Amino acid sequence: MTQTYALLAGIAQQFGVLFFMAIFLSIVAYALWPKNRARFDAAAEIPLKED
Amino acid sequence: MSTLAPPRSMSAGEIVGMVLAAAFALLWIFIASKATDPGYVFHAWVFAAAGIATVFALGRRAVANAPAAPPQEIDGRPNYNMGPVRFATIAALLWGVAGFLVGFIIAAQLAWPILNLDLPWVQFGRLRPLHTSAVIFAFGGNVLIATALYVVQRTSRARLAGELAPWFVVLGYNLFIVIAGTGYLLGITQGREYAEPEWYADLWLTIVWVAFLLVFLGTLWKRKEPHIYVANWFYLAFILTIAVLHLGNNAAVPVSIFSPKSYSLWSGVQDAMFQWWYGHNAVGFFLTAGFLGIMYYFVPKRAERPVYSYRLSIIHFWALIFLYIWAGPHHLHYTALPDWAQTLGMTFSIMLWMPSWGGMINGLMTLSGAWDKLRTDPVLRMMVVSVAFYGMSTFEGPMMSIKAVNSLSHYTEWTVGHVHSGALGWVGFVSFGAIYCLVPWLWNKKGLYSLKLVNWHFWIATLGIVLYISAMWVAGIMEGLMWRAYNSLGFLEYSFIETVEAKYPFFVIRALGGLLFVVGALIMAYNVYMTIRAGEAAEPAPAAAPAAIAAE
Repeated sequence: MTQTYALLAGIAQQFGVLFFMAIFLSIVAYALWPKNRARFDAAAEIPLKED
Repeated sequence: MSTLAPPRSMSAGEIVGMVLAAAFALLWIFIASKATDPGYVFHAWVFAAAGIATVFALGRRAVANAPAAPPQEIDGRPNYNMGPVRFATIAALLWGVAGFLVGFIIAAQLAWPILNLDLPWVQFGRLRPLHTSAVIFAFGGNVLIATALYVVQRTSRARLAGELAPWFVVLGYNLFIVIAGTGYLLGITQGREYAEPEWYADLWLTIVWVAFLLVFLGTLWKRKEPHIYVANWFYLAFILTIAVLHLGNNAAVPVSIFSPKSYSLWSGVQDAMFQWWYGHNAVGFFLTAGFLGIMYYFVPKRAERPVYSYRLSIIHFWALIFLYIWAGPHHLHYTALPDWAQTLGMTFSIMLWMPSWGGMINGLMTLSGAWDKLRTDPVLRMMVVSVAFYGMSTFEGPMMSIKAVNSLSHYTEWTVGHVHSGALGWVGFVSFGAIYCLVPWLWNKKGLYSLKLVNWHFWIATLGIVLYISAMWVAGIMEGLMWRAYNSLGFLEYSFIETVEAKYPFFVIRALGGLLFVVGALIMAYNVYMTIRAGEAAEPAPAAAPAAIAAE
């Protein structure tokens, strides 16, 4: 029981932090990547387009 | 009459719907015959009546030759399905007025306890959850369903997925509201804040919510617009997370199918943690993420400018999602919850400052270069002030989550003031703004009946909020300081009842603020009614929406 707890806590505290940070940082990189700028500027116009 | 086509054959959806509704009605008639709790028997009959009404509504739909599957597009333009959106908009308006009014009544009860009338059904303990559920789930929920179903269609350029399913969502959700609200008055509650409805209402909401998720996803699936606009991300996070929270916090075992009573699967401090994991994320994903979806569509639309930074909106979204889910433990400071969990909750709450203010800046800066519109357009002003309130309450919240501050603020009126600066200022005003935008669009009107009345609504409600929150700040800090005051001998300086007595003037001011908010909502209801009845029609009327099935 204690070992299972220690194992799970270890995974959550070490691997979990790295895993979530990696995902989040890649999202930030994706959002700020200069090449994506035009796409996002176009996406911002979606509500203003009339069909 | 002879030119009328014979009734078409029923669609598969109508047949399945009728069979399920009939079985549902039979089940509840059976339960009604065996149950003994009068409130539960009443609910069983309400469910049975809803099932029977659905059978008739579906039958009438086929007999009246309402098209089973209206075209997806007319002349190359999407044939939007706005019937359910209209229904949810009106429901939001009516529930809103009712919920605000109950809020005023319980505020008056706190100032003048005689208003409890010595009757069980209208005493504070039962009316308080009626108020919170009416404003959050009945008003807020209908606003979210209406705007989500509107925005996902317009930004996907596609008709809603399913024909009967969207109606099932709006009608089923409002049936849940009726069951929940009447249950509180009759004394049926599981005593979990913001999750008071008992197991059978929870199961029903689960079915409705899954249908909501499927309609939303199905519409995204059909979209003509390659990119999924950011507002839809917020709506999807709201729908998905509420489903998870609802299932987690309501895991319970009913005593019997014939009893409204159930027992939580969790116990002790874990139960408390589950409750506040749910409770705080109801704030985070229902009252924040969902309404941010409204902000990201309606503010740019009304200001006629794209959102300030689309890239910031992506970061805003993911930062909010990553952080909010951990903040719940700050509701359990200085309790049996392990210290590290309390610190974790506090830390994540403070980190939430960043995405919250990022979102606020994004919303406000959308107006850069168009600030003059605030002078001329009270609807836009309402939404901008709501974003300002969002910034204010998301500053206050993290501050109150700091343990040292919380030791003063917890269990005091300060918490009530904080919640209402978010609920009245942010959620209320952004919803009013969205309704003022939606009504002319949905009923094909040139504009609102009266912008002057919007202006009156804005100022009366703003004054009400200011009275409300400042009264609660003063009362809360005073009360917190009184609780911790010691005399020279080390005894507590004040008895509890003295702190209650000291709050009386602030209770009166708060009730007055609440009354002003109700008056504002009544002005809005009148304005919306006149817009629909007497508003000038917009020029080319698009294809008529298919006949709505009227059933509730």
